[in-house]
Amino acid sequence: MSVNFLISQAKNIQIVIDENAAEIEALDQNIGDGDHIFNVQRGLKLVVELENDIKNLPLQKSLNMIAMKVLSGIGGSSGALFGTFFMSMAKTPDLDKNIDFNKACEMVITGINAMKERGKADVGEKTMMDVLIPVSEKLNELKSGNMDMKKGLSEIIKIAEDRMLGTKDMLATKGRASFLGERAKGHIDPGARSSQLIIDTICKSLINK
Amino acid sequence: MKKFINNVDDFLKESLNGFGKAHSDIIKVNFEPNFIYRKTKTKEGKVSLISGGGSGHEPMHGGFVGHGMLDAACPGFVFSAPTPDQMQAAAEHVDSGAGVLFIVKNYSGDIMNFQMGAEMYSGKNDSIITNDDVAVEDSTFTTGRRGVAATVLVEKIVGSLAENGGSLEECKKLGEKVNKNSGTMGVAFTSCTVPAAGKPTFDIGNDEMEFGVGIHGEPGRKREKIQASKTIVNNMLEAILDDLKPQKNEKTLLFVNGMGGTPLTELYLVYDDACETLKSKGVEITRSLVGNYCTSLEMQGASITLLKCDDDILKNWDSPVHTAAIRWGM
Repeated sequence: MSVNFLISQAKNIQIVIDENAAEIEALDQNIGDGDHIFNVQRGLKLVVELENDIKNLPLQKSLNMIAMKVLSGIGGSSGALFGTFFMSMAKTPDLDKNIDFNKACEMVITGINAMKERGKADVGEKTMMDVLIPVSEKLNELKSGNMDMKKGLSEIIKIAEDRMLGTKDMLATKGRASFLGERAKGHIDPGARSSQLIIDTICKSLINK
Repeated sequence: MKKFINNVDDFLKESLNGFGKAHSDIIKVNFEPNFIYRKTKTKEGKVSLISGGGSGHEPMHGGFVGHGMLDAACPGFVFSAPTPDQMQAAAEHVDSGAGVLFIVKNYSGDIMNFQMGAEMYSGKNDSIITNDDVAVEDSTFTTGRRGVAATVLVEKIVGSLAENGGSLEECKKLGEKVNKNSGTMGVAFTSCTVPAAGKPTFDIGNDEMEFGVGIHGEPGRKREKIQASKTIVNNMLEAILDDLKPQKNEKTLLFVNGMGGTPLTELYLVYDDACETLKSKGVEITRSLVGNYCTSLEMQGASITLLKCDDDILKNWDSPVHTAAIRWGM
């Protein structure tokens, strides 16, 4: 992982999120209030715009700048959660050394754990954590095992998709959808969908590299 | 979408600009990070109250900054929680040495962002979470009830105690009491349109209403055919009384709040119906508030809040206040 990698991924994700914006917005209007997609789009735009400020900086410093930008520029739950993600990634030790795949896994796992802590949400609550926590667990397996990286990434793509679809029939117990009770059933969680798209985009670009 | 907009991206900034100009005798607006604060800095040793939340609920919260209520308010984008740097900057700006009390409505985004703001602020601080909406079932397994119109009452009553020298602990305790003594139920006839979305948040038929609606247009308990005001009000009050269970002849404050698109004439009619229903149930109304205080953009509808009052609450309700939206006694 490098600063260039972060920027190029943000650009890829921006394209995919924009392509799926109408769908995510509709999901959010079913069970939330429709702000999620705008928050995600605003956040991606801010990160992409940071390119010139961060491209020559060390990784840790760039991650902190991304974190502050995301934290102060997005708002809502997404801002706090994604800001926490980058802030915690920046706290992973030895970021000044070469970042190999295992180290990158460790960074993402650290970030997702911090999101879980911040949002106090676990799997089964119809949020983005339903996608992110299983992905983090799989990354942990990949990190310590000998599995082929591309095969592992394909499995992650599958896990993210299954877990995203799995939020459809859940009752929400966290976030705004939790106010709906039974009425939240039958709708995929918009945060789970946007997170799955992000993971899908990153994994595919690594596989095709 | 028909709204007064120049450019969607400038919506909040231009609205805050206007607010600052219109109320320059009471408040000032700081941009980047955005917060509204009292023009005259609060006296040394007074607990500072800071609230905030998504925009679109005006006059909440900026309209409640001033003597006897808030010291600062942090507006987020429309219906999106404000960011931690806003709370941190506002706290640093207004803290007068007695600590900062954050008043937060119970939504995941608000809670997380306020928590992070509180962690980033090095001074003494504490928080109250409001969750007065009886439309949502409370349970330890869920996010719980929403914080809605009673937040206005909490800000007024705790604001008075802070102005009169209450400590951070005392202010928090009173705020929690007011929240616990309040119940709110809302009804919507129409949806609202978030400027960035450009279309209504939900669809609703011409003859329908959403019973138990949230202040962001979140669905409530059920979708029903519209009925006579007396019936609607009676059903709203029943839900509130079920939850609050006031004693016979217990003193209460009755607050009829407009969602933004319903005229005052109708809100007073609702107040009249509510008085009649409460009288028949032996509930004594000793204070009132009627108007648009905790709105949902242009949504048509209203909420009713009932607050059980003891002498302490009444004294702090009656004390002088001077803000853009609420002013009496000075």
